[in-house]
Amino acid sequence: MNLFRLSWKYLTFRPLSTGLNVFLLALGLAIITVLILVQDQFEKKMTQDAEGIDLVVGAKGSPLQLILSGVYHIDFPTGNIPIDEAKKLSRNRLVKRVIPLALGDNFQGYRIVGANYDYLDLYQVEFSEGKIWELPFEVVLGAEFAKKSGLRVGDKFTGSHGISIGSHEHEVHAYQVTGILQPTGTVLDRLIITSIESVWYMHEDEAEEDAGLEASSHEEKYHSPVAISGFPENGEGKEITTLLVQYRSPMAAVQLPRMINSGTSMQAASPSFEMSRLFELLGVGVSLLQGLAFVLIIISGLGIFIALYNSLKERKYDLAILRTLGASRFQLLILVFLEGIMLTFLGAVLGILLGHTFLSVLISNNDQGVVSSLQAWIFLKQELWIVVYALLVGIVASLIPAWSAYQTSIAKQLTKA
Amino acid sequence: MLFESRNLKYSHPGQNPLTFPDIRLEGGEAILVLGKSGSGKTTMLNLLSGLLVPEAGEVLLDQVNVASLKGAEADRFRGKNIGIVFQKPHLLAPLNVKENLEVASHFSHNKGQDIFQLLQELGIGKKANSRVQTLSEGEAQRVSIARAVITKPKLILADEPTSSLDDENTEKVIQLLKNQAAKIGAALIIVTHDQRVKNHISNFIEVNTL
Repeated sequence: MNLFRLSWKYLTFRPLSTGLNVFLLALGLAIITVLILVQDQFEKKMTQDAEGIDLVVGAKGSPLQLILSGVYHIDFPTGNIPIDEAKKLSRNRLVKRVIPLALGDNFQGYRIVGANYDYLDLYQVEFSEGKIWELPFEVVLGAEFAKKSGLRVGDKFTGSHGISIGSHEHEVHAYQVTGILQPTGTVLDRLIITSIESVWYMHEDEAEEDAGLEASSHEEKYHSPVAISGFPENGEGKEITTLLVQYRSPMAAVQLPRMINSGTSMQAASPSFEMSRLFELLGVGVSLLQGLAFVLIIISGLGIFIALYNSLKERKYDLAILRTLGASRFQLLILVFLEGIMLTFLGAVLGILLGHTFLSVLISNNDQGVVSSLQAWIFLKQELWIVVYALLVGIVASLIPAWSAYQTSIAKQLTKA
Repeated sequence: MLFESRNLKYSHPGQNPLTFPDIRLEGGEAILVLGKSGSGKTTMLNLLSGLLVPEAGEVLLDQVNVASLKGAEADRFRGKNIGIVFQKPHLLAPLNVKENLEVASHFSHNKGQDIFQLLQELGIGKKANSRVQTLSEGEAQRVSIARAVITKPKLILADEPTSSLDDENTEKVIQLLKNQAAKIGAALIIVTHDQRVKNHISNFIEVNTL
C-alpha cells in the first residue's frame, strides 16, 4: 500500500463523481483533439494538393470556387474557358508551365478529370499497376477510387454527365482502365484521370448523336494518340475548364493575376491566398468549438475541485488518522495532488481516445470527399500537450484541497469527534 | 524505564493551565488514566503521543523526548513507536481490513507483524478481505487495535476504547490490548472513565486538573 494506491482507492471509492468529472474533462479534450487532428491534416493536405500550382485560371466567378473545383475537386467549376485564350496565356513569358484540365463527368460520384501527363507529374505519382493512357477513353485510376470501386486494369465503365452522382450516363463510349496509381495522400487518390480528348469526344459525340450523325465516322481520331503535354492538337474552338499555371519568376505573382483578371474573359486565383481566406472564414467556427471545449474543461476543473474539496471535508478525520499512523503533512499534500492528477490523466487519455474515435466515425460516415481522406489514428505531438494541459487542470484544481490537507491539525480533528 | 512523563503542563487558549500526574512504565506494563469527562484526559493523551506540545515537562519514550521532535521526523517517530486506539475505530472506508493494516505499515516504514497471524490472534482472521463497512462495532474496534499494534510500537495509547461496546466486547478488547502489549513488550496506557476496565487493570492514576 503506497500513496499511489491509496489515492486510487479514494478515487474509485466515489465512482460516480469521479466518472462524471473524468467524462466531462474527456469531452472537452476530445473536441480539442479532433480540432487539432483535422486542422493539421487539412492544412497539410491543402498545401500538398496545391504544391507546384501557383495560379489557377478559369471562367469568371468566385475565386474560391475556382480553387476548390480546380485544385481540390470539391466544388463545382465556374464554367469553361475558350482554349484559344488559354493557349495565348501559356505563351506569356512569365509562365513556365501550364496544365489544362477538362471536367464534366463522374463515375459513382468520383470525378473524371481530363488532363495531360504533366498533371500526374505534378504529384510525382508512380503506377502500382498498368501504365498511363495513350488513346482516347483510356483512363488511370486514383488509388482510393480503385480500392473502393474494385475496378482493375482492362475493366470498362461508362461515366455519367455532371460532377455529382445521379446524372444520366454516357452510353456511347466506355472508358477503359489502363493503369492504377499508387496512393499519394493527395486529391489524386480520389480522381479518375484521362486525356482531355476523352472528355471532349465524349461530349461531342453525345451532341452529334442527338443530331442524328453517326459516331463511326470518327473512328480514326479515336485511335490516334492523345497529347502528352500542353494542349491537344485538334482543339480549335473547343473549351477547357481550368488551367493550372506555374510561374517562371516571382514577378509573375504580381503581374499575371492582374493581367488575366482585367485583360481577358478569364479569372485567375492563387490557391494559397484563397485557402488562407477560407481558413479565415472557417476560423469563426473553429474558435467557437475551441471555446466550447475550454468551457467544458473549466467546468470539469471546477468539478474536480469541488469533488476533492467536499470529499476532503468528510476525510479530515481520515487524514488525521493517517498522520497518527506516521504520514507526514507533505505526504498528505501529495496524496491529494495525486488524486487530482490521476483523475485528469484518466480524462486526458480517455479524451484523446474519444477524439480519435469521433474522427473515425466522422470519416466512416463520409466515404467520399475531403473528410474521407483524413486519417483518424495518427497521433500528433500536440496531443502530448493535451495531457500536459489536463495535468495542469488537475494540479490547479487540487491546490486548495491539498493545502487544506497540509494544514489539518491532527489533535483538533481527533478531539472534535 | 521504557516510558516516562514528567511534570506535564498544558493550557488551552483562554483557560487555566492544566497540570498532569507523572507516569512511569516498563515494557509490558499497563496503566489506566481515569477521570471525569472534561478533566483533560484526552489532552493528556495528545501530549503523551506528541500530537500536542506541552508547555512544560517532558515525555520520554525509549530515551527520546517525544515533544522535541519536529515535522516529518515527529510523524515518523509516532508511526513507528506509538500505536493509538481511538474511542471510535475510524478505519479508512475505501480500504478493506487488510489494506487498512498495510497503510499503517507503509507510513511507519516498519514491516511489523504478519497481518494474517495478527488478525487470527484478534479473532477476525476471516475478515481480512472484508470491506470495513460490513464489520460490527466490536470487530471494527479489534481491527483498529490490530492497526495500532501491527507496527510493534513501544507505546500503545487507547482513548476510551470501550465506551461504545457491550460488556462482552469490552472484556475482549481489554484482554486483546493487554495480550498484545505483553507480546510485543510495549507500555500500555488506557484513558477511560469506564468502570468495567478497572476490573482488568489495577494500576491507575487519576487526572483531576480542575
